[in-house]
Amino acid sequence: MARRPKLAVWKFASCDGCQLSVLDCEDELLALAGEVDLAYFLEASSAPVAGPYDLSLVEGSITTPEDAERIQRVRRQSRRVVTIGACATAGGIQALRNFADVEDFLAAVYASPEYVSTLATSTAISEHIHVDYELHGCPIDKLQLLEVISAFLNERRPAIASHSVCVECKRAGNVCVMVAHGTPCLGPVTHAGCGALCPSYHRGCYGCFGPMETPRPEALNPWLASLGMEEVDLVRVYRTFNAEAFRD
Amino acid sequence: MTETRTIKTDLLARVEGEGAMFLRIRDGRVDDVRLRIYEPPRFFEAFLRGRGYREPVDITARICGICPIAYQMSACAAIEDACGVEVPAAIRDLRRLIYCGEWIESHALHVFMLHAPDILGYDSAIEMARDHRGVVEQGLQIKKAGNALIRVIGGREIHPVNVRVGGFYRAPRPRELRALVEELERARELALETVRLTGGFEVPDFEPEHEFVALSMPDTYPLEGGRLISTGGLDIAPGEYEQHFVEQHVPHSTALHSQLRERGAYLCGPLARYALNSEKLSPLAREAAADAGLGPVCRNPFRSIVVRSVEILYALDEALRLIAAYEEPDAPHVDVPPRAGTGCGWTEAPRGLCWHRYELDEDGTILAAKIVPPTSQNQASIEADLRGFLAGNLELENDRLRHLCEQAIRNHDPCISCATHFLTLEVERF
Repeated sequence: MARRPKLAVWKFASCDGCQLSVLDCEDELLALAGEVDLAYFLEASSAPVAGPYDLSLVEGSITTPEDAERIQRVRRQSRRVVTIGACATAGGIQALRNFADVEDFLAAVYASPEYVSTLATSTAISEHIHVDYELHGCPIDKLQLLEVISAFLNERRPAIASHSVCVECKRAGNVCVMVAHGTPCLGPVTHAGCGALCPSYHRGCYGCFGPMETPRPEALNPWLASLGMEEVDLVRVYRTFNAEAFRD
Repeated sequence: MTETRTIKTDLLARVEGEGAMFLRIRDGRVDDVRLRIYEPPRFFEAFLRGRGYREPVDITARICGICPIAYQMSACAAIEDACGVEVPAAIRDLRRLIYCGEWIESHALHVFMLHAPDILGYDSAIEMARDHRGVVEQGLQIKKAGNALIRVIGGREIHPVNVRVGGFYRAPRPRELRALVEELERARELALETVRLTGGFEVPDFEPEHEFVALSMPDTYPLEGGRLISTGGLDIAPGEYEQHFVEQHVPHSTALHSQLRERGAYLCGPLARYALNSEKLSPLAREAAADAGLGPVCRNPFRSIVVRSVEILYALDEALRLIAAYEEPDAPHVDVPPRAGTGCGWTEAPRGLCWHRYELDEDGTILAAKIVPPTSQNQASIEADLRGFLAGNLELENDRLRHLCEQAIRNHDPCISCATHFLTLEVERF
């Protein structure tokens, strides 16, 4: 039998949700474990196997000096690195510190800030190392994750669309929440992948998959404004889970 | 001559987030015990300031991928309290229903994937599946049923999109919920088997004295609100929390330690909830608990896996009851106009009490936010368990001791991602 490829799952600053997506593959998990060696996955196993690894999935962003060094070690041990989720791909919600003074944040949460070691910024993995593929979402979609793992193990390009949520919404047969109900929606500028969930629940998209390829917010924003969104609302909605990616 | 033993685990596995254990025994006495939390801080309370009052529901969900609904529900409760709005019973029931889904998936994850491998002697559920495939598949099916419930009501399992201040964006149609009944009934059968299975596990005898703290609701097992009571006589409303509890910042943790002002460490979570509310479980869950040898109070943290199994069974039973009674509400949410003021709210997350406080200005902008997750409340009691367990078992060799002490931590299902605003295990023996 051929050697099973070794898969590693790494965590940096994050909520654990994206790596939980692996364990949420209830129907596929045991089959996956038959195809790959889950060599390093601390949330699931207390017997880590040493590298090198064929594929490393990285969750979370870089927010401490120690983690900035650790990600270099992950890269050196990994043939391919795929980032999973908004934190790893764009800095995540904790990147909101990039827009403020981190000392002020520390003092707001911790009584003795001197005990805490942290960087002034929360940055995407690709700002530190070469990344082979970035999977979007806060959280990622588990079926997209399985597709990416399968693609990398079979040396092919993942079949993941980079168009907007609007396309998924049309495919789902949803009525446009913005046109029909006047509900502000980031669908036109947001990366596909969720299956147009929010509009399916009568809610406007809030951009948790980050910007699509070549978004045009300058066309969308006046429309959002005409639906009653004020400047402060726009800044808030763009500056949430993918604040750094939406910065421009 | 001084003899020192050190036992440590730098990277605790099968917990949610990053922690380490450090134990030091000097001259045959427990000298130092630390549950170190090095998960990087993420500053949620700081960046909530200046945001809109409708935003914490989505933002605080991102504190934890395993129990996002706990944060969403506590945020809603606190903000509605600040705005002086009470949601109707139909919306409260729907909240309870999606919360049952979270208890099922989160507890099933812990019982089968994180905790059972310890007791049955494996490094992971995947390795365990080689010898006990049926048990692992059973766990995955239960977990899947919980996730299906969350997905139908919330849109997706992790960070659901359908929860909002005042209720939901869209109420599920009765047929969407009825379609889940068969899967939930099957899961309930499996949960009943799970209580039998975990009830038969051999675990160490260990009964530490903790003050148990949990919510209490008049006629039902607590999930989405109620008063906070304890075995020490506490009985308070959400707004009184800070008069009785204080958070401390200790050097070895990026999670704040929460303490009772008068009495120090306490324990929340399944053991506390069960001890204070076991008579309010459904008849099926109560009977299964009795058959598994649980009295009305269980003090052995190594048996928390049995209590979690009982709570899975209860949550499935309760979900089926709520679905049978479900009628689509007239409106999926009520209007919650902002007003200046402060509001507090709490709910029972799978790991225990989750308390939020928000201070709003008149247009709903958040002036201050405070969030106390379960694990930061339990850290001191987990360390007390380690100290107590270690002191009673010093004759054991280091490897065995490390294994059991890691379990003593996992007994409480610490969620480190949550607590950081949170964990590493080392034992040092000189």
